[in-house]
Amino acid sequence: MWVDLAITLVKILFIIGVTVGFFAPILTWVERKQSAIMQDRIGANRADILGFTAIGLFHCIADALKMFTKEDFIPEGANKILHTLSPIIAVVPAILTFAVVPFGGQYTIFDNEVNLVISDLDVGLLFVFAIASLATYGYVIAGWSSNNNWSLLGSMRTASQMISYEVTMGLTIVGVLMVYGSMKLTTIGAIQEDFFKWGLFLQPLGFFMFLAASIAENKRIPFDNPEAESEIVAGYFTEYSGLKFGMFFMSEFIEMVTIGAIMTILFFGAWHIPFLTTTTLLGWFDFLGTTGSNILVMLIQVGVFFSKVVFFIWLQMTIRWTLPRFRYDQIMKLGWKILLPLSLVNILVTGIVILVLN
Amino acid sequence: MELLIFYPIAGLCVALALGVIFNTSPVGSAMCLIGMMLGLAGIFVLLQAHFIAILQIIIYAGAIMVLFMFVIMLLNLKQTASADWVARDKNRFISILTGVLAVGILYKIIDITFLAELNSSAELPDTFGTVATVGEALFTDFVLPFEVASLLLLAAMIGAVVLAKPKLD
Repeated sequence: MWVDLAITLVKILFIIGVTVGFFAPILTWVERKQSAIMQDRIGANRADILGFTAIGLFHCIADALKMFTKEDFIPEGANKILHTLSPIIAVVPAILTFAVVPFGGQYTIFDNEVNLVISDLDVGLLFVFAIASLATYGYVIAGWSSNNNWSLLGSMRTASQMISYEVTMGLTIVGVLMVYGSMKLTTIGAIQEDFFKWGLFLQPLGFFMFLAASIAENKRIPFDNPEAESEIVAGYFTEYSGLKFGMFFMSEFIEMVTIGAIMTILFFGAWHIPFLTTTTLLGWFDFLGTTGSNILVMLIQVGVFFSKVVFFIWLQMTIRWTLPRFRYDQIMKLGWKILLPLSLVNILVTGIVILVLN
Repeated sequence: MELLIFYPIAGLCVALALGVIFNTSPVGSAMCLIGMMLGLAGIFVLLQAHFIAILQIIIYAGAIMVLFMFVIMLLNLKQTASADWVARDKNRFISILTGVLAVGILYKIIDITFLAELNSSAELPDTFGTVATVGEALFTDFVLPFEVASLLLLAAMIGAVVLAKPKLD
């Protein structure tokens, strides 16, 4: 029992370390640097420690320090409790989703079965969907409690946009569910050991719709109407400063990682290398003994999983710096008139194909 | 161990439910209601009904309350002083009636739970409350109520479209 508890604790610490400790700060730098490269600029390169700039990496530390030391401002007439609570409500779901996301397979280490997922829920896929939908409240409450019309406009846009795209997201998930016949994310990941069973091939339409819907849920360009700087100042977080602003910022970056992880699990072969099964890998390193080969394969597969996540983060950033912002009515039209019917057709076609093949 | 988790969650649910009633701002009430629904989901998890718990979050806490919130913001309801609240005479009669009915239902529920002897710990099968089990029950034993419910939802959906259409044109 104590061993299980310790293993779970290590997994939780690992996930929090990777998302909050590594990806969130690093991505602020990556976003600046990538946009700079794409626009033929140099980008962040001034922060230095004793003359070393490390290609601008110290900007992460500088940013964090800045967030901590800035004045925490609550506007007059704002609801103090909700104003303080909303950044927390926004950031918690983003991290919580990782509770059911497997970042590796199952390994035997010192006679212990280690399953690289914090909680292997039977309803994992639905859990992701449920928790993601809760994030809406953080953004909506933020705008409402600020007592500012720009903020209110921003949160109205957030609510309508997130409700619209949640429908598509939910229906795409149904397609994935039909193909794999399970809601357990570990099972879905394990099935994709076979390269030709990757979600990308079984649900090609679902893949693109899920990508579009999840970027819309994360409110990044081209779907960033809720915080459109050129229209409504900064949308729902206009009245936020210091660490609370930082938390909204952080939740956006963590959500990018979450999206990457979910996409990897559902559509991109999870922790598997194409054409290389776990058994083959274990066979290669057989000379290291059971524990040794298992640990090595575990490290390789976790590495593969996070490389795929990084790929999806890169994809999202490239989209963000390539496309202009959609107009509000275009977003609604895309969500309700194009993606929703398409996702329904996707379910229908998937059902027919499954029926015919069986 | 289960009671150790049950009592804090149940207490929180009751406290938040009271918060819904006594809050003077609509958004505050809505937030309390969301919290209470999440607490109920927790109780479902304690009962090994993971699927129901997740549905509770998706449907009530996720979908319905977001719409509530949206409407509250659309109307931009602000905090009102409780002194402004006056109960109308006909409402007073209805509230007393519903109150009595609610107490009656509660009494009946307590009665049933005592009769059912829920304390007797029966062994649960491993598959209890999983998606597969619930789905199987839904599409075999309860297929008629399921279809009727879906028809009702469809009717509501069409009704909403019909009501909104003249305003859009």
